Amino acid sequence: MGSQGQSKEFLDLIKSIGEARSKAEEDRIVLREIETLKRRINDADIPKRKMKEYIIRLLYVEMLGHDASFGYIHAVKMTHHDALLLKRTGYDNHDLIILIVNTIQKDLASDNYLVVCAALNAVCRLINEETIPAVLPRVVELLSHAKDAVRKKAVMALHRFYQKSPSSVSHLLSNFRKRLSDNDPGVMGASLCPLFDLVSDDADSYKDLVVSFVSILKQVAERRLPKTYDYHQMPAPFIQIKLLKILALLGSGDKQASGHMYTVLGDIIKRGDSVSNIGNAVLYECICCVASIFPNPKLLEAAADVIAKFLKSDSHNLKYMGIDALGRLIKLSPHIAEQHQLAVIDCLEDPDDSLKRKTFELLYKMTKSSNVEVIVDRMIDYMISISDDHYKTYIASRCVELAEQFAPSNHWFIQTMNKVFEHAGDLVNVKVAHNLTRLIAEGFGEDDDAADTQLRSSAVESYLQIIGEPKLPSVFLQVICWVLGEYGTADGKYSASYISGKLCDIAEAYSNDENVKAYAISALMKIYAFEVVARRKVDILPECQYLIEELLASHSTDLQQRAYELQVLIGLDAQAVETIMPRDASCEDIEVDKNLSFLNGYVQQSLEKGAQPYIPEDVRTGMGNMNNFRSQDHQESLQHGLRFEAYEIPKPPMQPKVTPDSFASSAVINPVPEASSSREIHHISSVGSTSELKLQLDGVQKKWGNSTYSSAASSAPALNFSSQKPKNGTTAVNSKVRDSYDSRKTPVEISPEKQKLAASLFGGSTKPEKRSSTSHKVPKSNASAATNAPDIMTFYAETTASGGNSIPVSGNNVNLLSELSNAAVKANSGNTTVTPLPQSSKGSNAKDSLQKDALVRQMGVNPSSQNPNLFRDLLG
Amino acid sequence: NNNSFWLQIHFVLLISRQGKVRLTKWYSPYSQKERSKVIRELSGVIISRAPKLCNFVEWRGFKVVYKRYASLYFCICNDQEDNELETLAIIHHYVETLDRYFGSVCELDLIFNFHKAYFILDEILLAGAMQETSKRTTLRLIGAQEDLVEAAKEEASSLSNIIAQATK
Repeated sequence: MGSQGQSKEFLDLIKSIGEARSKAEEDRIVLREIETLKRRINDADIPKRKMKEYIIRLLYVEMLGHDASFGYIHAVKMTHHDALLLKRTGYDNHDLIILIVNTIQKDLASDNYLVVCAALNAVCRLINEETIPAVLPRVVELLSHAKDAVRKKAVMALHRFYQKSPSSVSHLLSNFRKRLSDNDPGVMGASLCPLFDLVSDDADSYKDLVVSFVSILKQVAERRLPKTYDYHQMPAPFIQIKLLKILALLGSGDKQASGHMYTVLGDIIKRGDSVSNIGNAVLYECICCVASIFPNPKLLEAAADVIAKFLKSDSHNLKYMGIDALGRLIKLSPHIAEQHQLAVIDCLEDPDDSLKRKTFELLYKMTKSSNVEVIVDRMIDYMISISDDHYKTYIASRCVELAEQFAPSNHWFIQTMNKVFEHAGDLVNVKVAHNLTRLIAEGFGEDDDAADTQLRSSAVESYLQIIGEPKLPSVFLQVICWVLGEYGTADGKYSASYISGKLCDIAEAYSNDENVKAYAISALMKIYAFEVVARRKVDILPECQYLIEELLASHSTDLQQRAYELQVLIGLDAQAVETIMPRDASCEDIEVDKNLSFLNGYVQQSLEKGAQPYIPEDVRTGMGNMNNFRSQDHQESLQHGLRFEAYEIPKPPMQPKVTPDSFASSAVINPVPEASSSREIHHISSVGSTSELKLQLDGVQKKWGNSTYSSAASSAPALNFSSQKPKNGTTAVNSKVRDSYDSRKTPVEISPEKQKLAASLFGGSTKPEKRSSTSHKVPKSNASAATNAPDIMTFYAETTASGGNSIPVSGNNVNLLSELSNAAVKANSGNTTVTPLPQSSKGSNAKDSLQKDALVRQMGVNPSSQNPNLFRDLLG
Repeated sequence: NNNSFWLQIHFVLLISRQGKVRLTKWYSPYSQKERSKVIRELSGVIISRAPKLCNFVEWRGFKVVYKRYASLYFCICNDQEDNELETLAIIHHYVETLDRYFGSVCELDLIFNFHKAYFILDEILLAGAMQETSKRTTLRLIGAQEDLVEAAKEEASSLSNIIAQATK
């Protein structure tokens, strides 16, 4: 193999990159290569072969993470060539799609099916919403192309269109149904992908297909597909998995539809191969399906058996899948976790982070008020130990959620929140902090004032202890300051000067955090106000005085404002202070008179005395932003958005060369009315989307760089974060089950800590599980399930019969059946040998190996200490 | 409800044990900058994992399934809810197909013929989903493409021969 057609130069490049010792060195080489390519590629009359190599080199450069956008236009030119490989090479770049739509259209109509395939590949990769209509008719025609490869790719392309813009293909969805009964299993398999999407969007419209899906799955499982679809002796496992996923959606909450599936699911699980990876993948998918459809006790038992096998396996992968499956099944049969408690704890203590995290996921699902303390404590310990910010954030929010939902006591809740904030405060959502403050202020909802007071006292207590710790997160400090200000002196345990001293300490220790300082000074204000109201003498500590003075001269107008307010407030009499700063009123609604109508009289008076009338802000210009003091007035701050209308033409007296920046900052602060600006945005976006095929030449310039899709990209990774697992509040323990289970166990040495943990997690006193015997002892019911297999069958038969539906073996799928089996026969007569992994072929391939060696010698790449495995075969 | 899409593979990544990139394929939009960040972060996470641990890594809310073959790590990133064992099988299926194409494939094959590796990947995965599960079908298509290229090459060379002859 080795090189075919690439020049020595290119091979040298790859070689030198291969030998680069550092990323920096690699970067240097690549940059040099880019320079060379830039120079060369622009020459006129480059031979096609050379051009192809250049494009491949560009591709290589881009793969290594460098910008090769200058070459895209050449790639576009390349697509116009006739030779197929050249075409494929050319298509492998994106952007500039608009320029190659024409070529793609031409290729889609080509007589050569391979050209059509390449074009369809490109369609899947490149076509965007705007260009769909240009190729759609051709793609639809190709759905009935004579070649299966083309039909398959056409299905995928149509699926892609559906994902990009469902409305563009909404009238064509019936085509996917049609392709389900395609003669070629590959096309049928491909059509399952779009059908999955369609079913997950609207399951009700596809209930009629349940029988067909079940029938196909049955045929696949019974090996009616051609042997070439076998994978490690499993009949078409990828298609089975797809079908199981679709059935899981269709059977969810639908007793009748689920009834059709029980038999085939039972068969597949029974026949399941738990040795190969792919066999386990199918089994796992079966469990997911069983957990999703209308529950059937026998299937649940069978699924539980499979889970038991997974969890007892030595393979981490299977344990991981077992834990995941357990999480799915636990809603339906809460007792099954009990069987596996020690296995779960082993996974929790495993050094493998992935496994640990999966186990936390499971624990999260089985949390209840009896075990919340253990689970959340474990989660927090883990949270403290890791450095992966993303997961830290995630698990912190989980802790908060569980604590809010199941907290057994106020004290525990506050302690838990403290820990979360202490260790992940900068990562948790600010909302969590706001929730915490609100919760402390409002109490737990019950009308129990004593409990609320106690909650606040314990919060104050714990915060006073914590503030000594170094480097607390800003959000947490804000909460602390707020709570100390509001409730620090409420129960009379601590004096005002003690609390105010602590607040000053915080402000001093975090003197570069303005938010914290603002919270601290506001808290001080509250403390002093409460003192004034209580008619106690306010003596301001020297350090507080110092702090106030410092803030009076602060650069931040917000801090200044707060300090001045504090200063004034202290001087007022008790009654006024009580109106301004009433005690324990944080939950009262404050009505704001936005029109300031109470000032009308005063304004009128002044006007009569000859004062200047108020000039609205949009008339005044260049006066600067006056409302930076308190952000309460959102109305105002919103008006300072971007303006979307064009700048005025500079007037003659102005300096002719005003830079846009200075112009904007000095003269054009007058706000734009909100309504008109949003209309403006809307207008712009609608222009963008309706101009389907018109070439937008002003946009093309931008399309050349990579920057065009960055906006889409920035939103993409956020997709999943909002997806939350369904909450599983109550998973009551069936104590009877536990008792009978416990009685069967005989002690084996298992560390007492583990037992304790198990007991606290799973509730009740857990005697150690005798592992070796569990397989035949514990699942007593399971054993009966296995021997009762014929029963299952009759049970299924009954349900289907009573459901009034014929068993869907030969229904509307007769065609498919015969076709598939015909194909199978053909395949059988052709080549029935199941080819094993070609490890053994290594020996027979001596010639290849020699060639490789020769090449290597020629290249001078030798296995060094850095890459000792370079020549070992990948499958070895 | 965007994440219900069928086995949405976000990207495929091949990195060597030294962290060098051998092949990347992106099915979801990532900017060039994000791409290098993804590669840097992921290769750090994956290469440092001990053997015998499970082949799945949770990463930024996604699931990365990886498998090491000799000195190469094959990684596929997809959504949390997907069947990890299936993804693992897809990786293995790809490697087996490569192996059958190259005849006991090794890292060098992929280094020097990375475009071939791309072509094969394109026949197996399309638009982030598995399109063809039969190795033979995949290889037949690749073979047909190569025949076509060969034919085109021959035609071109014979043409140029004729021209050369004529202009002598």
